[in-house]
Amino acid sequence: MAESSNDDIIIARDVHKWYGQFHALRGVSMNVRRGEVVVIFGPSGSGKSTFIRTINRLEEHQRGQIIVDGIELTNDIRNIEAIRMEVGMVFQSFNLFPHLTVMQNITLAPTWVRKWSRAQAEDKALELLKRVGIPEQAKKFPGQLSGGQQQRVAIARALAMQPKIMLFDEPTSALDPEMIKEVLDVMTDLAESGMTMLVVSHEMGFARSVAHRLVFFDAGTIVEQGAPKQIFSNPSEERTKKFLSQILQ
Amino acid sequence: MACRLSSVVALVMAPRSETTPDTLKPPATSVGVLGWLRQNLFSTWYNALLTFVALYVIYALGSGLWNFVTTTDWSVIAANLRLFMVGRYPAEETWRVQASVALFAFLVGASWGVWGGVARSAVILLASIFCTALVLPLAWNDRVWMAGNLALLGVGFAVGHFTKARRALVWAWLASLPLIAILLYGVGELPRVATDVWGGLLLTLALSIVGIVASFPLGVALAVGRQSSYPAIRWFCVGYIELVRGVPLITLLFMMQIMLPLFLPEGITVERVMRAMVAFTLFTAAYIAEVVRGGLQAIPRGQAEAARALGLNGILTLLLIILPQALRLTIPAMVGQFISLFKDTSLVAIVGLLDLAGIANVAANQPDFLGRQAEVYLFIALIYFIFSAAMAYGSRRLEKTLGVGER
Repeated sequence: MAESSNDDIIIARDVHKWYGQFHALRGVSMNVRRGEVVVIFGPSGSGKSTFIRTINRLEEHQRGQIIVDGIELTNDIRNIEAIRMEVGMVFQSFNLFPHLTVMQNITLAPTWVRKWSRAQAEDKALELLKRVGIPEQAKKFPGQLSGGQQQRVAIARALAMQPKIMLFDEPTSALDPEMIKEVLDVMTDLAESGMTMLVVSHEMGFARSVAHRLVFFDAGTIVEQGAPKQIFSNPSEERTKKFLSQILQ
Repeated sequence: MACRLSSVVALVMAPRSETTPDTLKPPATSVGVLGWLRQNLFSTWYNALLTFVALYVIYALGSGLWNFVTTTDWSVIAANLRLFMVGRYPAEETWRVQASVALFAFLVGASWGVWGGVARSAVILLASIFCTALVLPLAWNDRVWMAGNLALLGVGFAVGHFTKARRALVWAWLASLPLIAILLYGVGELPRVATDVWGGLLLTLALSIVGIVASFPLGVALAVGRQSSYPAIRWFCVGYIELVRGVPLITLLFMMQIMLPLFLPEGITVERVMRAMVAFTLFTAAYIAEVVRGGLQAIPRGQAEAARALGLNGILTLLLIILPQALRLTIPAMVGQFISLFKDTSLVAIVGLLDLAGIANVAANQPDFLGRQAEVYLFIALIYFIFSAAMAYGSRRLEKTLGVGER
């Protein structure tokens, strides 16, 4: 593994996670630099989602060390909440709050957690909705939007907290094909703005053109990682080669 | 008809690419009153037979009831109307009950002005009750109060409509409960009217409203506690809920009436009505807790995860994300619980309190009115029904109003 430097915003060393007897993460070590876009892929059940969920403590790791922006994740709830303020997350199933309007979804955390005024939070929310291309939907409820629009609201909601890192857990897997592009476009924009991003995804077009690094997970470990060009054209591991040939056909 | 049908057939058969006239009307036999009758009441010969049998049964029951209502002697109600309404609440203090009703009428009127919708139905219900009361054989001053209430509905509407003071109205509603309690019970200059002399509808409503208002937060707290990650809290809540659900309400009422004084230190007494209120609250809270638990479990885990990932702490996640969704889901079951609480208050008649049902027993046993049970119980059944139906209707309206934006 690469030596950690000051430039690393996420440092994971030998992370282990068990579900009961099942060993889901088997010693994952990975550093992520500021502004780096990392795409994680691999077969289902390989632990890729579990790994990014340990970074904001939606899953607890039982061995090893995770340091996010200089704060180590421990059982201390204050540390966890401090890290969660800096780490935004986008889920496969959007997880928008159905009883709140789009505007309320986005302003909720800034007003309650960051203690912004309502006016400030709403200005920020409108700006973000413009950025993801749906400012006219602010007053609607999530149930009235298409899947692609919902996922863009979810991205805006995460960005409203002005995070330093964004985690994407299969953000396009629940979308109809014609909506995948609108979400990927927003993510590409975000990557170009210099956001640090960890993306679990099988969108290989996105990985090829946007990612700085590809990481292949299998059976709870990192099998191989490298620049997209190298992984696609010349993977060194047989398992990577086989998996890529299956999803790229 | 025939040509219409054939044009429908032609349309169905026509290739899809052809432009179809979108103003084609459905055949007359499938719409309107005729269509409804045909589809629902006379679709087959046995359905038609059932319709006629049902109509006959309704006619037989209805005409029997009508004959009874119009020919019987209702003087037992007229003579005891005061008892039915307020029990032994002192006559010279009855204005306090009237004033409470007036305050309530004003607030309902104001709610109509501010919110419209549900409140308008409440206004219609109240107005019809007040109008009915006007034609009943009441004392003249009671009639003045009733007329005043009618006027207050209108005044409230005007005030609400022109000020649109939403927040003030919410505070007024919240303040009205303790205000009415103080007014009825008495404090300072107001002579005290102990709850032991409250009776009739007044007592029934006091027991129900206190039971509902107190059991709701307690039940929600128990449901949340049941999901707690601290085992001690969880076990306490589970133990409480299962214990209370495992005993009949009447035993809880008896325990409160007979056993509570044994546990209290000497010199401290709790009025019997208040003991009953505690019993109803503790009992209903356990059921509310189970209803709310169902709602909590129906909320996907992703909701809490998304809230936590945004940095919200556990309490904010519960208050802002989980509970609003869970409670909305449980409105129908919760109101069902409250309706059954309202009707169960009649059990206090067994432990000797004179609520609506208790007064009914008293009235039916008066020497002047022996054998008039049917009239008495029909009358109180009507009162119970009006309130229960109003609650059920209100809950359906509330559900619809809050359902905005639901998937």
